[in-house]
Amino acid sequence: MHMADALLSPAVGGAMWAVTAGLTAYSAKKLKEIPDDSRVPLMGVLGAFVFAAQMINFSIPATGSSGHLGGGMILAILLGPHAAFLTLASVLVVQALFFADGGLLALGCNIFNMAFFPCFIAYPFIYRKIAGRYATAKTISVAATVSAVIGLQLGAFSVVLETMASGISALPFNAFVLLMQPIHLAIGLVEGVVTAAVVLFVWQARPEVLAMAEENAPMRGFSMKKVLAGLAAAALVTGGALSWFASTYPDGLEWSMAKTSGSEELPAPEGGIHAALAGIQEKTAFLPDYGFRASEPEKSAGTEAETPKPETPAAWPNPDAGTSVSGLVGGAMTLVLAAAIGMFLRRTSAARR
Amino acid sequence: MEALAGASGDALGSSPVHRLDPRAKCVVTVLFVVAVTSFGRYDVSRLMPFVLYPVAIATLSGVSAGSVAARTLAAAPFILLVGLFNPFFDRQVIVRIGGLAVTGGWMSFLSIAVRSFLAVSAAVLLVLTTRFDLLCAGLRKMCLPRVFVTQLEFLHRYIGLLAGEAQRMVRAHDLRSNGNRPKLALVVYAPMIGLLLLRALDRATRVHRAMKARLFDGEIRVLRPLAFSRSDFLFILAWGGYFLVCRFADVPGLLSGLAGVR
Repeated sequence: MHMADALLSPAVGGAMWAVTAGLTAYSAKKLKEIPDDSRVPLMGVLGAFVFAAQMINFSIPATGSSGHLGGGMILAILLGPHAAFLTLASVLVVQALFFADGGLLALGCNIFNMAFFPCFIAYPFIYRKIAGRYATAKTISVAATVSAVIGLQLGAFSVVLETMASGISALPFNAFVLLMQPIHLAIGLVEGVVTAAVVLFVWQARPEVLAMAEENAPMRGFSMKKVLAGLAAAALVTGGALSWFASTYPDGLEWSMAKTSGSEELPAPEGGIHAALAGIQEKTAFLPDYGFRASEPEKSAGTEAETPKPETPAAWPNPDAGTSVSGLVGGAMTLVLAAAIGMFLRRTSAARR
Repeated sequence: MEALAGASGDALGSSPVHRLDPRAKCVVTVLFVVAVTSFGRYDVSRLMPFVLYPVAIATLSGVSAGSVAARTLAAAPFILLVGLFNPFFDRQVIVRIGGLAVTGGWMSFLSIAVRSFLAVSAAVLLVLTTRFDLLCAGLRKMCLPRVFVTQLEFLHRYIGLLAGEAQRMVRAHDLRSNGNRPKLALVVYAPMIGLLLLRALDRATRVHRAMKARLFDGEIRVLRPLAFSRSDFLFILAWGGYFLVCRFADVPGLLSGLAGVR
């Protein structure tokens, strides 16, 4: 479920970075309030456990394929939401840096999709509600499975929204949702069953570990109000970025939507908000909209003749360079130049040695 | 796991790039990624000037191009999977080269592939040229929450240990499987992972006791504080300026103009 830099726009990536940074600061602050330094090595070692557990595969019955533990829910159950969020975030940072899973710009999105939902939604509102105070084998199994499934579904849907808002992939919304949600339902079920099995094993082998974890996970101070306020803020920021980008990249998205599924999925582009946003965007965008010829035939076809399009400032360098022959030649020349500079640098640094 | 060990080895080098302050490298890497991803979805040639950055950093740092490429390509399958939908959904012809009509979908697919290669290679080069403890010290100086940075350092230290533990468990299971290597059934897998988890918890307790005995107070200290020098400043300024020029001026277009191609 890792998103990649190449499919994200800086505005969406940046907005999600901001949301994630806020969540990290909030979790760090919450952890600081508990003077318990045993948590530091515990978080480090459990983060490493997630990596180690992912090296062991098991066979999924009746499919012939194999899977492994994702680990988000287990960490939330053992560490509580705040510590688990920081641990999962650190796991995702190491994955991005050393294993090329996702990228730096996508890190905010990935942490939000894969750590926020299990830790701050699935754990407090589903797992704790079902498993509750008097845990039995049954309630633990059901709670772990349901929370893993819902956490993953929310994360997958968030991936779709972020990709759509970025407008780099041409995949239409409907097709993308139909692709992501069922796959992640299957993955979530497997993840849920495995999580339940492992938690049950630990609960039977050493019940005190789970009891301790529950004490460790400070649910007092976990006020519903604050979480909701935080969520609203996150939604506002993301929503702002979304609407901004809906107006920045109207062409490909609208075209593919109109082509494949009608235009029901889009907010009415003729609305005053859209025009206002386009106006603001035109004035404030530090990376103005690109123009390309593909948008012309679409307009003349009359499908969206009314759509107000943000005008590209005339001073902007020729935006069609990427698609013209001279642009291709120039690109090739630049590439050769870059390689030549690299060879020159290698020779001079070798000579210095 | 070899990826991790290899990166730690490469990061110990002593080239001019290795000697730069980690903060400078972080800033330039972020600028690079933002600049590369900010192009329109059909831009390919405008991305070409950005190839200079990974090429120059790899050469100056002495990191082998092969190891950068191998790590970068590890990210390829997912991107190809999502990017490959573009040619199917976006069939408008946007450029003709001779008799060949190129659709927007293929153009944007190429653009996704190029920008993915660039963005991932920048992140890969950052960890290949920077020791992880120094990188964390830099992050701490850049006001990231201390708990989080300490967590990153601990995680980085323990991955190898617990991965070893997991490998030993799998090997022990294989050796008892009478020569064939069956896939683990859930009834075997769950206790195995559960045991791995319990061992990890025990290890955390031992680590905590050992650290307590050494007066650990929840924070990792660095002996040699980072110093931001003039060369770090120049590094940011030079690359930042280059990215800015390449983002806002059409360098390939100018070059082809100079060569007289229209």
